[in-house]
Amino acid sequence: MNILAFESSCDETAAAVVADGRKVLSDEIFSQVALHEIYGGVVPEIAARSHLEVISLLADRALEKAGLARADIDAVACTYAPGLIGAVLVGVNFAKSAALALGKPLIPVHHIRGHIAANYLAFPDLEPPFLCLAISGGNTMLVDVRGYTDMRILGQTRDDAAGECFDKSARVLGLGYPGGKPIDELSKKGRDDAYDLPRPAVHGDNPYDMSFSGLKTAVVNLAHHAQQTGEELDKAGLAASLCRAVSEMLVSRTMAAAEALGHRRIAVAGGVAANSRIRVDFQAACEKTGRTLYVPPLRLCGDNAAMIGAQGYYEFLAGHTAGPDLNAYATKEL
Amino acid sequence: MTYTTHSESETEALGAAFAKDLPAGTVAALYGELGCGKTAFVRGMARGMGIDCIVNSPTFTIVNEYLGGKMPLFHFDMYRLGGADELYDIGWEDYLGRGGVCAVEWSENVPGAFEGDEIEVRFAKTGDNDREITIVGGPEIC
Repeated sequence: MNILAFESSCDETAAAVVADGRKVLSDEIFSQVALHEIYGGVVPEIAARSHLEVISLLADRALEKAGLARADIDAVACTYAPGLIGAVLVGVNFAKSAALALGKPLIPVHHIRGHIAANYLAFPDLEPPFLCLAISGGNTMLVDVRGYTDMRILGQTRDDAAGECFDKSARVLGLGYPGGKPIDELSKKGRDDAYDLPRPAVHGDNPYDMSFSGLKTAVVNLAHHAQQTGEELDKAGLAASLCRAVSEMLVSRTMAAAEALGHRRIAVAGGVAANSRIRVDFQAACEKTGRTLYVPPLRLCGDNAAMIGAQGYYEFLAGHTAGPDLNAYATKEL
Repeated sequence: MTYTTHSESETEALGAAFAKDLPAGTVAALYGELGCGKTAFVRGMARGMGIDCIVNSPTFTIVNEYLGGKMPLFHFDMYRLGGADELYDIGWEDYLGRGGVCAVEWSENVPGAFEGDEIEVRFAKTGDNDREITIVGGPEIC
């Protein structure tokens, strides 16, 4: 079954063709990061307009690269939530039109479910159940993946997302946007014990919830103190200490959940999974406890349409299709 | 009126007291730098309005909608917006007419969005954990 899939929830516009949820036939991405760098963040109007300009082109290119004609497509999938509403709407409406024109089913896919499904593309043998940590600029979620379309959120951030913590800290340190990559690179030149950063406690009774706002505030405070006293900030040390703090919070929650639920397989998905400290720490924790770690390659960790095509296949098998009244949502339960 | 808080939970409690009896259609414009307690204040507002759900940063989605209380709370974050023009593209005017309360973080980025009837909430850091929160135009908080 060939699924033509679209993703347009934030910076990236993407189209892909995926066969049977597992095989990527094409995977086209247009990134708007260059446009956004000058603003220090995503600007919704620019995002929506740029998605609109490139999505049709990307769809044609995805078909061409896959070596398929329009008639070879069996269904159309798209991200319908969550994200910047104007941006998500572009993908939803294009997918609706395409499904209608082709006379094929339309499959709505939750963006985070897509990130989880990126693992199916990278690891052909991986099947639920497993534990998945989805970490990106807008989300930080620990998910009990019991089946392809049966999942439960175990814990999530109570304030900022992990990637947001990197983005905002990078801005304070003058490192640009998105902040994950420059902080990762800078951290390699610094000591991870240069600064004693907090591991914020989370109020409430869920042991798997996380908090990153306090970390961001600590970085802001350090930068301000340095500015006021004229002291030079050890930016590399701060970046390394920040990566360590974020990583420790993520790894400890994830391993505790794996232990409690008896999961032997752990997948880490989303853009923040590209962080090298987080990868190394998860690898070590899994080796120590005899668990298997799955981290998709970098290209599949960021936003892409192939992951939407992968999850779309399993949503289709579960009967989750939509009509032309499908709407887009800025926030939506997993 | 200026209030002083010494912790995140005190900031939350102030938000709850502030929002307890706000009328539908209220717009609270929040001003203040990174990490000064704006999201914590809005989390308190949700509690004060009887809304029991996770209140986290809307930086990514620009607006979070919290339902389930006596009226909805719309939590905006204008951090990534360049000006009021872009605000209208995300349906700002629609939200104003939906009979809820709008709490707007990073209001400094969208000066043209307000019509003068908003409540101003300004956050200032006076120490690592201490905050001065000045509320102009709101209800009396006891």
